[in-house]
Amino acid sequence: MKRNDGRAPEELRKMEAKTGIIKRADGSAMFRIGETIAYAAVYGPRELHPKFMQNPEKGLLRCNYNMMAFSGSGDRVRPSANRRSREISMVIEKALEPVLDLTAYPNAVIDIFIELVQTDAGTRCAGICAAAMALADAGIPMKDLVSALSVGYLRNEIVVDINGEEDMNEGATDIAFACLPITGEISLLQVDGEIKKDVLLKALEKAKEAAKKIAEVQRKALKERYHDKHDA
Amino acid sequence: METIENKKIVVPGEVLATGMDFLPSSGTYRDKDKIVSIYVGLTNVSGRVIRVIPLRGRYMPKRDDTIVGKIMDMTFSNWFIDMGCANMGVLSVREISEFVERGADLAEYFSHGDYVVCKISKVTRSSVDLSMRGPGLRKLGPGKLVQVDSSKVPRVIGKQGSMISMIKDKTACRIVVGQNGTVWIQGAPEDEMVAAEAIYKINQESHREGLTEEIAALLEKKASKNKPLTREDEEPIMERGRNETE
Amino acid sequence: MTSMMHDHITALLQKEMREDGRKPLEYRKPIKVEYDISPKSAEGSARVTMGDTIVVAGVKLEVGTPFPDSQDEGNLMVNVELTPLSNPDYELGPPSVVAIEYARVVDRALREGHALDTKKLCIKEGEKVWTVIVDLYPINDAGNLFDAFSLAALAALKNANFPTFDKKTEKIDYKKKTKTPLPLDKSPLEVTVIKINGTLMVDPTIEEWKSVDARLTVGVLENGVICAMQKGGPKALTMEDISKMVDIAVEHTAKLRKLL
Repeated sequence: MKRNDGRAPEELRKMEAKTGIIKRADGSAMFRIGETIAYAAVYGPRELHPKFMQNPEKGLLRCNYNMMAFSGSGDRVRPSANRRSREISMVIEKALEPVLDLTAYPNAVIDIFIELVQTDAGTRCAGICAAAMALADAGIPMKDLVSALSVGYLRNEIVVDINGEEDMNEGATDIAFACLPITGEISLLQVDGEIKKDVLLKALEKAKEAAKKIAEVQRKALKERYHDKHDA
Repeated sequence: METIENKKIVVPGEVLATGMDFLPSSGTYRDKDKIVSIYVGLTNVSGRVIRVIPLRGRYMPKRDDTIVGKIMDMTFSNWFIDMGCANMGVLSVREISEFVERGADLAEYFSHGDYVVCKISKVTRSSVDLSMRGPGLRKLGPGKLVQVDSSKVPRVIGKQGSMISMIKDKTACRIVVGQNGTVWIQGAPEDEMVAAEAIYKINQESHREGLTEEIAALLEKKASKNKPLTREDEEPIMERGRNETE
Repeated sequence: MTSMMHDHITALLQKEMREDGRKPLEYRKPIKVEYDISPKSAEGSARVTMGDTIVVAGVKLEVGTPFPDSQDEGNLMVNVELTPLSNPDYELGPPSVVAIEYARVVDRALREGHALDTKKLCIKEGEKVWTVIVDLYPINDAGNLFDAFSLAALAALKNANFPTFDKKTEKIDYKKKTKTPLPLDKSPLEVTVIKINGTLMVDPTIEEWKSVDARLTVGVLENGVICAMQKGGPKALTMEDISKMVDIAVEHTAKLRKLL
């Protein structure tokens, strides 16, 4: 069965990625999947303020996810943090933390700022992909990258990387997923909707396969920043 | 034994070698039979040892490094200095060459926004102590600042200081290179620009062959014909240790 | 202020030079305007690059009730968020007074320069009018946000088309953009002229901005008429300064307008 945009069930939307887009940041990246465009900047490790938040045992990973006011599919998104963006920021932190060794940064913070310029579903996943690239671009030691996407279960079929229109479907189940591409360990899992266990496990396997393709795009973009100079 | 390409660009999570023939060193880790990179960096294989040298990243403070930093804050007995790493450096009043009377206003010595050259005297897990006792360690006057990646500092200095000496001679500028990648340049404005351009070029193209010749050509073409500073003009700062080894 | 950077900047200016090699009245390069950076979600959008500074602008349209004193006119709103993504010194939280000033200064030129024919934004007098909202964000803040925001705001307005409005259901269909552009009447643009140690200059870097003695943002229309101004900075300006600064702004707004 073809999807509303003509894709096969296991086909990702067109992707585009670039690093080093924000010069003032220690690391930065843009990740685009379909019509969803995320920018991420990493600052740090830098001293954490206020001082009472400092932890001599472990650094803090702090993420802020934000949709630009004009990036929504309908009405203008009112600026300032709401419950949704705060929760998403938190789950993104947890999706990225497994690849970092925060004990190496006593009293310090690594800040990740994610801005969505345009959205068409899968925004937290695009944000994670951009953020993982920005962390690597900042020269922060990482066990692996993190690759993320949403998987859907609609009309009794598993489809990867659902778009906005599919997400609006009555009875659609939406799974936000992130994994370490090498080991396949899962660092983000949120399920919205009904799904049987065996279907869920199948969906996760498909997500894992698709994540490998995303990781390829991320790796290529990280190297591209240096390639021109090498060939010259 | 499989061969591993040297100076290849790798990314975090990339498998560098499989099997037990190789040993993981800095910038890598072993995951069962695999050696994996933790950085966006260049592979460096010597014998059986694999390293990954990161291409970017914040400065990691080391004892005895000379750094260029900015005064961010002060208390009655310490200055706090930003040198581009995770924690501020602490310069105690006891560690400057002048005698500071008890209760003196520290801002009369160094104040917010001043740039200083210091030596790192002690590094612990979460603190960096600085000292300004030593030749050339001081507050810096008006000058141009250039930031390079700290990993490129050995290239900017060159073998036995050859690169930085060439830039100083041709541009007639005073230059202080901090191991943290902050470079201070003082000279005629046109020459400061040329010195900065040369240093940026080294930062950008550090791994290219024939860079020294290109920098020499750039300096020859653009630097004004001001007389190089004599040794007496220049306050000595040791660009010690960790010179270029490649 | 007597910081090292300030001393360096003023020493260079005595020789009519700047830290990046420019002349006092020269903009950074590249300088460009790109459109449709968020075509699916915004009614209009643009990105402006000025040297290392990058900002984006997006326009959204909403339908609301008119203000009591302008029953047949639509509304304009300008909002600036100083994203911590763009500058290590920015923090999260409610808009700072700095962000508010940027928004109000950009707003002033668009409003008082009558960029939009607000009467054409009226759907039904006294009941329904369009509100045009311009949201501005820095992506990389390397200085001169005033001018970059002003240019980006005007570019995004130029790029915007009305969404479909169903008068019966009184609902907007954002997915169906019409071919009707916004009623853009005039093109007010702002240029900020700064004064450091007696020298007048444009397009300051972050370090130069920190050393500003006084600044004047001037909104100028196509015909050279002034439509908005904002003086800032810790020191006062003379009549002579202001006269020169206006001339500089008129000249450079004309140049910047050609990028649109």
